[in-house]
Amino acid sequence: MLFTPTVIKNLLKKPATRLYPFTVREPFPNYRGELYIDIDACIFCGTCARKCPSQCIEVDKEQGLWSCDPHACVYCGICRDTCPTKCLHMKDVHRKPMTERIMMVEKGEPPKPKKKAAEAAPKAEAEPKADDADKGESKKADAKKK
Amino acid sequence: MATTVIPFGPQHPVLPEPVHLTLKVEDEIVKEAIPALGYVHRGLEKLAEIRDYHQMIQVCERVCGICSMIHAVCYSQAIEELMEVEVPKRAEMLRVIWSELHRTHSHLLWLGLFADAFGFESLFMQFWKVRERIMDINEATTGSRVIVSVNVIGGVRADLSPEQIRWILGEIDIVEKEVRALQDTIMNDYTVKARTVGVGVLSKENAYLLGAAGPTLRGSGVAQDMRMLGYGGYSELDFEPVVETSGDCWARSTVRFRETLQSIDLVRQAIAKLPEGELAAKVKGNPPEGEVYMRVEQPRGECVYYIKGNGTKHLDRLRIRTPTFANIPPLLAMLPGCELADVPVIVLAIDPCISCTER
Amino acid sequence: MKGKVINVTTDTVVGEVMKMKNDGHRLVTFSTYQVDEDGLGILYHFDKNLETTHLRLTVKRDAPIPSVSGVYFAALLVENEIRDQWDVKFDGLVLDFNRTLYLDPEVTQVPLVSNVKIEPKK
Repeated sequence: MLFTPTVIKNLLKKPATRLYPFTVREPFPNYRGELYIDIDACIFCGTCARKCPSQCIEVDKEQGLWSCDPHACVYCGICRDTCPTKCLHMKDVHRKPMTERIMMVEKGEPPKPKKKAAEAAPKAEAEPKADDADKGESKKADAKKK
Repeated sequence: MATTVIPFGPQHPVLPEPVHLTLKVEDEIVKEAIPALGYVHRGLEKLAEIRDYHQMIQVCERVCGICSMIHAVCYSQAIEELMEVEVPKRAEMLRVIWSELHRTHSHLLWLGLFADAFGFESLFMQFWKVRERIMDINEATTGSRVIVSVNVIGGVRADLSPEQIRWILGEIDIVEKEVRALQDTIMNDYTVKARTVGVGVLSKENAYLLGAAGPTLRGSGVAQDMRMLGYGGYSELDFEPVVETSGDCWARSTVRFRETLQSIDLVRQAIAKLPEGELAAKVKGNPPEGEVYMRVEQPRGECVYYIKGNGTKHLDRLRIRTPTFANIPPLLAMLPGCELADVPVIVLAIDPCISCTER
Repeated sequence: MKGKVINVTTDTVVGEVMKMKNDGHRLVTFSTYQVDEDGLGILYHFDKNLETTHLRLTVKRDAPIPSVSGVYFAALLVENEIRDQWDVKFDGLVLDFNRTLYLDPEVTQVPLVSNVKIEPKK
């Protein structure tokens, strides 16, 4: 009996729900939705790949490739916040369901090493990179073991 | 009387969390319950060895499906204690606001599910309808409905603008009004009382000795709330632990109902005391060697983090004890003597989050 | 770490835990960590009026550890969890899942010992 007032109120009101696929609510402006990259502004520094908690981003500086596995992405927005050139953005709507797995790969112009430092710079950078790649592989191997 | 063994679960009639109970039943009366876990074990603690201590925030948020904020707060506080980082006052208060919004929506979710467990589906829909406003606040202010992901080591990475604060205050006024309209039904309705009063009684002594946590403990008359430790911004807020003494399912649901209203009040208090200032302190270096034991109050109860640092960016050990883990032994003590039809209600009354439990 | 830490041995742990129970402490949980190659550190966390006390026990993983589940029934879940994660034995565990609380019966690996730790850069 105590629920009767609520029942009567609900009877007289319009439905509380939307007819979803036909009426869609306006998205909130800050929503962390689909991730995309403005590849022309990217300097291939690899900060996003290092900071990503789910390690779903890979950056290839040599070839100028930026790739992200959207199925592994957790939409935390860390990469967007830490990007030094602010070239990563998030839409205010989520990605639509897909029928097959995809991989986001973007090709851009890799930064040209300065002529003078061309001899020394790639070597100095290649070493820590190789180290990182090793780690990534050993992690993957461990994950497989589990 | 012959004993029958009835397997209960892993699917709960209303709760999408897999817990299996082997019930030994005589006639309709449960004599013994043996739990079986392990359906959603993910090994998240192990991840601390290969993810650095910043990235672990996002992992800790995913320990629980419903209170991401408070897990992240607990982890961040533990790391901040280990690294001796001073968190800005504004960040502490913002953490309180989002934590209490999480407590509100978690309790509203549970109250709805609980109504569904004893077959009161229209009440379930009412609670979830109210909850949607809180979810909208989360989404508009942080960018996501549940996994808000606003914590960083040293503070928060989202802010509330004055317009947002005005909007939040308006929304929680409506939430409070709509929740109060349901108070009589969930506390005094005849059909609700028939299914909850005197069901799954846990005495005060048993609750304490079996290590119950949160509303399960407070429903049995023990006034213990980790927020009384005064961590973060809670030391500046005025509140008392909500306690009921009858120790049955009705007491546990009443505790949660009153805590919902208390949380709304705490959000108002925190907004009133929100100071101006920095959002996050600068954090440099790696966590030093050392151990930290951190406790916070989650919607489901006391949540414990133990962290052992070794001077590198990876933690030596991260141990998480979630409230449901503590509430399973009391559940095993509540079940013997109850009727088989009451088992789903009693299991739900501890607000089980099995994903939390197994991590 | 905040709170008092008391060191115990395998001989005294059950007695000390009993003493805590008689003092009116609530068992919160245990935490474990690796000590060296084959050692295991266990911290027993207790709480009384929001004050914390820890008992620290260091053992070798191959020797059985006395179970406190007879004193505090609530210890049974966490002891089974430690059995899963570290492959240690507990003497007198009231309900032994035999390493299947979380893991599948065919798992023989020891999750927290199989080392994937990343060595610090030199």
